[in-house]
Amino acid sequence: MNLLGNLSWNAIPFDQPIAMFASALMILVILSILVWITVSGHWPYLWREWITSVDHKRIGVMYIVLALVMLLRGFTDAIMMRSQQAIAAGGAQGYLPPEHFDQVFSAHGTIMIFFMAMPFVIGLMNFVVPLQLGVRDMAFPTLNSVALWLTASGILLTNVSLVVGEFAKTGWVAYPPLSELQFSPGVGVDYYLWALQISGIGTLLTGINFVTTILKTRAPGMGYMRMPVFCWTALASNLLMVAAFPVLTATFAMLLLDRYLGFHFFSVNGQGNPMMYVNLFWVWGHPEVYILILPAFGVFSEVIATFSGKPLFGYRSMVAATMVICVLSFIVWLHHFFTMGASADVNGFFGVMTMVIAVPTGVKIFNWLFTMYGGRVRFSVPVLWSIGFMVTFVIGGMTGVLMAVPPADFQLHNSLFLIAHFHNVIIGGVVFGVMAGFNYWFPKAFGFTLDERWGRSAFWCWLVGFYLAFMPLYILGLMGMTRRMQHYDNVSWQPWLVAAAVGAVVIMAGIACQIIQLVVSIRDRARHRDLTGDPWNGRTLEWSTASPPPAWNFAVLPHVAGADTYWNAKRRRQANPNEPVQAREYEAIEMPNNSPIGFINAFFAVVTGFALIWHIWWMAGLGVFGAFAAFLLFAFRAEDEIEIPAERIAQFEQVHRAEVAL
Amino acid sequence: MNIGVAVDDVHQRALPSANESGPAPKRVVVAYGFWIFLLSDIVMFSALFAAYAVLVRATAGGPAGAALFNQGSAAIETACLLASSYTCGLMSLAANERRRANIYLFAFVTFVLGAAFLGLEIREFAAMIDRGATPQRSAFLSAFFTLVGCHGLHVAAGLVWLAVMMAQVAIKGIRGTVERRLLCFALFWHALDIIWVWLFTVVYLMGVRS
Repeated sequence: MNLLGNLSWNAIPFDQPIAMFASALMILVILSILVWITVSGHWPYLWREWITSVDHKRIGVMYIVLALVMLLRGFTDAIMMRSQQAIAAGGAQGYLPPEHFDQVFSAHGTIMIFFMAMPFVIGLMNFVVPLQLGVRDMAFPTLNSVALWLTASGILLTNVSLVVGEFAKTGWVAYPPLSELQFSPGVGVDYYLWALQISGIGTLLTGINFVTTILKTRAPGMGYMRMPVFCWTALASNLLMVAAFPVLTATFAMLLLDRYLGFHFFSVNGQGNPMMYVNLFWVWGHPEVYILILPAFGVFSEVIATFSGKPLFGYRSMVAATMVICVLSFIVWLHHFFTMGASADVNGFFGVMTMVIAVPTGVKIFNWLFTMYGGRVRFSVPVLWSIGFMVTFVIGGMTGVLMAVPPADFQLHNSLFLIAHFHNVIIGGVVFGVMAGFNYWFPKAFGFTLDERWGRSAFWCWLVGFYLAFMPLYILGLMGMTRRMQHYDNVSWQPWLVAAAVGAVVIMAGIACQIIQLVVSIRDRARHRDLTGDPWNGRTLEWSTASPPPAWNFAVLPHVAGADTYWNAKRRRQANPNEPVQAREYEAIEMPNNSPIGFINAFFAVVTGFALIWHIWWMAGLGVFGAFAAFLLFAFRAEDEIEIPAERIAQFEQVHRAEVAL
Repeated sequence: MNIGVAVDDVHQRALPSANESGPAPKRVVVAYGFWIFLLSDIVMFSALFAAYAVLVRATAGGPAGAALFNQGSAAIETACLLASSYTCGLMSLAANERRRANIYLFAFVTFVLGAAFLGLEIREFAAMIDRGATPQRSAFLSAFFTLVGCHGLHVAAGLVWLAVMMAQVAIKGIRGTVERRLLCFALFWHALDIIWVWLFTVVYLMGVRS
């Protein structure tokens, strides 16, 4: 038996200069960061304050850092595809050989959905939801840390595939029979499956944690109908995670059994049923798009109400629309494969249900418009992203309704029209949403606002770049171009693909502006400092505490008397400026202790995943055993809470108040 | 104990409405979160059930359920598991009364019954594999072994958990964390019963009909 399983020097792609260059660059960047941290002695700080932190705010920030890094990785894949297709017309083959191009589009989809959009959305929810609910932490803080590090494990495994071995060549959906061992004998699909199994468990834990937090731990008086809309959308999104992710886990488990033990779930022999995979995948996959978009809707609701200086129009209808979408998202999955050959009645049902989802979404759009109507709208960066979203998302939504008509879908299925549609809703919806949220809540996290000028430039580059990159794809789809083409014969497509590539370059400029915005804002942080904790004249509870908030969030749990609590409290104070401030009684607060279990567990998860991918069975056993031993030690540890004395809280509050007064 | 609210919780003065009272007590939060986890686990099983239902006739010329399943053995398995659920309930009552000796006793009986269930299941699997009815034989058998085996894995994990919990009771005593973990274990063990009742019905009872 080989000690290293299937792993050998052949796994390193020495013959592919692009992959080698990218790997070398990645390793170089990681090494130089590690060396820098070591030289400047930041390890103890990082370990104490971040890696072992169970503070929901820190965990939220780390999720968003992961997402931003993965945005760069996923975008690199995107611009490679755009440039390849811009030149590979007629007889030309471009610069990416087919087996490499296939890995690029699979990695792009996988990374952007699972490792960019998901961590970004989860990071925002992590940071914001407990603050908006007026509580001190999540229901299960340590579990939160475990979930973060499992996500990071999945990300690490996916990126290791760039250096050691290969990634899936099956597209991000990995349909069998192509993804079966018979047709994909390499390790690519195994990387895909294990990375997503590991990070999927993290996502499930996140979902459980948020549902419990939102339903069971809210500030006194925070009834359901007083929760900010972002909390409602977070609840809907996490309910979907709890209900959808186990299906993905089961589906991938079946495919893994097929690949590793010769089972016949989806294989072509043994009477397996590949279409069952497609069904199960989209039973998870369609709710997944709402897991992503609903929190973005929540961000827009907060941003638009705040910057219009008005309560959100139609709060109740917004909540109802959110929950209706949450339920409907489970009965539309078949629209991803109308061409499967189901009967006309089945296709008809799913087509109609898909169109019905446009109704609650339309309700939301009108609510946002009516919130802005008659308000004094301040056009700062989060509002620009929100308005850009409203225009773009409506276009994307309409092309979606168009494709919900089965006969139309038969024409458009797997064409670039579809690619244009889902980028239209995911970029125009999710990405614009998280960017609005990023600009909106950044001052809360770090105590200074982001630079407005670079923020505006970033927005305009993204908006223009998006239209330039994706409108041509609609046209190409109607011209008959299918997705995932490494090269093509029809030269009349080329001008449109060149335009799309230019659009991608404009988006790249937008990303560059965002990096510059971050650098400039950190450099000028003294000038952008916000001492009030409320830079936007906000409405919800997160703005009532200091920026950045202390570990305990609120010295005294706020009492909630209605929606828009903080706004109403500010109004009351303005009306009666002489009302005496009640002397506050501070009490000691129990806070959960830091814990390295999340990080240790993730380490063993990576070891196990890597070992399973390469069939190194002893190492897989060791990894599982290590994780189990670590959990035992954790379960038997002595203390799990520390007490923060009342004096320290009182002192922090006094300093904060003095700063606000200045 | 099993409904997530201890007797003491209810007898506090007049309870304020859930909205006014602020964050729920830790015991409620933990039990609630674990319920959500169990629901997600049931969703995972429902995907495996769906796969089994789709593939139940896909025998690829191999043996079908009617020829393979031994209802007598499955009935004894069911009896073991249901009885273990009862003794697990007795263990919960003992934990509520903080009677350590009873906790150990009923945990031991629960463990033995669970292990007996697992032993019978492994024997059944081994017999099937001996007859050439391996999971690699047909899609139906793949789905069967995965669905039933996944439940078996859960039972095995439950047994490990129970053993660890007894060590915790012995070393750490019956304190808040240990009590909440025992509560979660009981929820887990009963949930496995619920799944088994479905399994017994869909796989073993409906399977021998045709």
